[in-house]
Amino acid sequence: MSRLQALFANKKERVLNVYFTAGYPQLDSTTTIIQALQNNGADIIELGMPYSDPLADGPVIQESGNIALQNGMTIAVLFEQLKKIKGQINIPIILMGYMNPVMQYGFEKFCADASAVGVDGLILPDLPEYEFEMEYGAIIKKYGLDFVFLVTPETSTERIQQLDNLSTGFLYAVSSSATTGKDKDFNSVEKYLEQLQSMQLKNPVLVGFGIKDRNTFESACKYANGAIIGTAFIKALEGSTNINETVKEFINAVI
Amino acid sequence: MMNTTTNFQQPDLQGYYGQFGGAYIPEMLHRNVEELKARYLDIMYEPSFQKEFQSLLKDYVGRPTPLFLAERLSKEFNAPIYLKREDLCHTGAHKINNTIGQILLAIKLGKTRIIAETGAGQHGVATATVCALKGLECIVYMGEKDIERQAPNVARMRMLGAKVIPALSGSKTLKDATNEAIRDWINNPIDTHYIIGSVVGPHPYPDMVARFQSVISEETRWQLKEKTGNELPTHVVACVGGGSNAAGAFYHFLDELSVQLVAVEAAGMGVYSGMSAATTQLGKPGILHGSKSLLMQTADGQVVEPHSISAGLDYPGVGPLHAHLFTSGRGTFLSATDKEALDAAFHVSKTEGIIPALETAHAFAVLGKMNLKSSDRVVICLSGRGDKDLATYIRELDLGI
Repeated sequence: MSRLQALFANKKERVLNVYFTAGYPQLDSTTTIIQALQNNGADIIELGMPYSDPLADGPVIQESGNIALQNGMTIAVLFEQLKKIKGQINIPIILMGYMNPVMQYGFEKFCADASAVGVDGLILPDLPEYEFEMEYGAIIKKYGLDFVFLVTPETSTERIQQLDNLSTGFLYAVSSSATTGKDKDFNSVEKYLEQLQSMQLKNPVLVGFGIKDRNTFESACKYANGAIIGTAFIKALEGSTNINETVKEFINAVI
Repeated sequence: MMNTTTNFQQPDLQGYYGQFGGAYIPEMLHRNVEELKARYLDIMYEPSFQKEFQSLLKDYVGRPTPLFLAERLSKEFNAPIYLKREDLCHTGAHKINNTIGQILLAIKLGKTRIIAETGAGQHGVATATVCALKGLECIVYMGEKDIERQAPNVARMRMLGAKVIPALSGSKTLKDATNEAIRDWINNPIDTHYIIGSVVGPHPYPDMVARFQSVISEETRWQLKEKTGNELPTHVVACVGGGSNAAGAFYHFLDELSVQLVAVEAAGMGVYSGMSAATTQLGKPGILHGSKSLLMQTADGQVVEPHSISAGLDYPGVGPLHAHLFTSGRGTFLSATDKEALDAAFHVSKTEGIIPALETAHAFAVLGKMNLKSSDRVVICLSGRGDKDLATYIRELDLGI
């Protein structure tokens, strides 16, 4: 059983997954933030690998990625950082990023190295299920990594089932068709989440996009196993002078 | 996966030309792209669609565009050189062939809001034009840097009723305008159609845009036959940024292996100067804007900011069809620097009385590098007129060229 699967076996409600961009706000903030998130009660860490052209991200995460790239963040640097704290982290770490940098690193080498430094799973939003099934899925599995697909309110029932079958760990429910960081009226997505809930999916469901505080977190948790916070956390980190304090305050305001 | 195509014209069912193409898109775009993929061919070849499309190409765009024997250039290069006059299309470039097709398709899909990206502004103008013609809302994303260097086209788009939104991220050029347009589509998945202006993007865009632009080579074939008795040229020359005019000019010759297809990329300050947009020379396989193709990038897979004096060629990728033509050897890829393109623009203006767009000038700039002989029949796709580039040309005149 993977660490992600073990987490959901023990905790079926109010699972908090926190996203931030590796190398932001400082190159070496990555490990400090991971440790602070673990110490303050985050259940999963979703680490963004910065990319020059992040299609699915809104302005806040884009900007954090630009700063991380300027700071010198690369996949190789990130793996070095993760290697240093490998024994100290016991909550699952998922890498989120885009296909191009991963391809240039070498897809199989990426999976092998990620697994070796303690990464538990991957989210690659621009890896389509066709290519996943034909080529990449087997490599991901070979290195014991979980892979998480996204579903949206526009995803058909049939396709939700297909993506659920291909996913391991959890299913990422985008609360609306939107780039990250958009404010959404949560009532409008309740119906969609209720539908997901009634589908008897294989995987637990985490709701992402539009979660920013206790209210939105609680609303998401009514219909799903938990939620993912990204943009709001990046905003909190911006200009932080004491990362440990910032993380503590932020998490305490959500859970 | 990635079946070899049975011919050069068409990608396989997943949108691959050889190893390039596909649809590398986030789930938020899946429904829109899937709907297009399922319906574009049926809609495009419906009799009612074809009737309106052909009628607009004739009476609104002004097709067929002439195939003109450029006598003085022919004499200079010792080979008959024919110019396919896409610069005479309404709005001044080939871009409108595609936007006419896509606006009719968008209406058939029930869409009411149109978005587009633009580099030189030609595609933005062509999109704004068809939106005005059909009464649809139009939003054009354009890099902030391009807005400055293509001011006349920005004014035209506004006059046509489009909203021009500056792309402020990254290099503030075509790549970033495309990112912003895709993000808009993610946020507006129901009512919006994205009119991509080149043979890039996720499948089916490269194939769809190539089909709409294929009218260029369709006409060239019968026009050349009329003029020379032979429908096949020996060379077709076109500039390539994303590659839409080249795709259209090559299309009906792709599987005629006797025809040499010459694609001309922008070398900027020189291919290896670090200030270039010569993607096939500098790129490696990668994924940008939803398809796998050749891509200018760092060793870490970050997309490199390209440079070309012409905003329309200032793109770090190239359409997957062209990447396949390059790697398979079917296409001949040459390049021209900013300086060579400028010189060619002035030379063609004085020699033939035609002021070409800076993009098109790149195609003329390689004529001297092609070892032409008198038995050749060369077709150059004169993709656009140079009015939009007058500010650049005037600056050169003032410098005393």
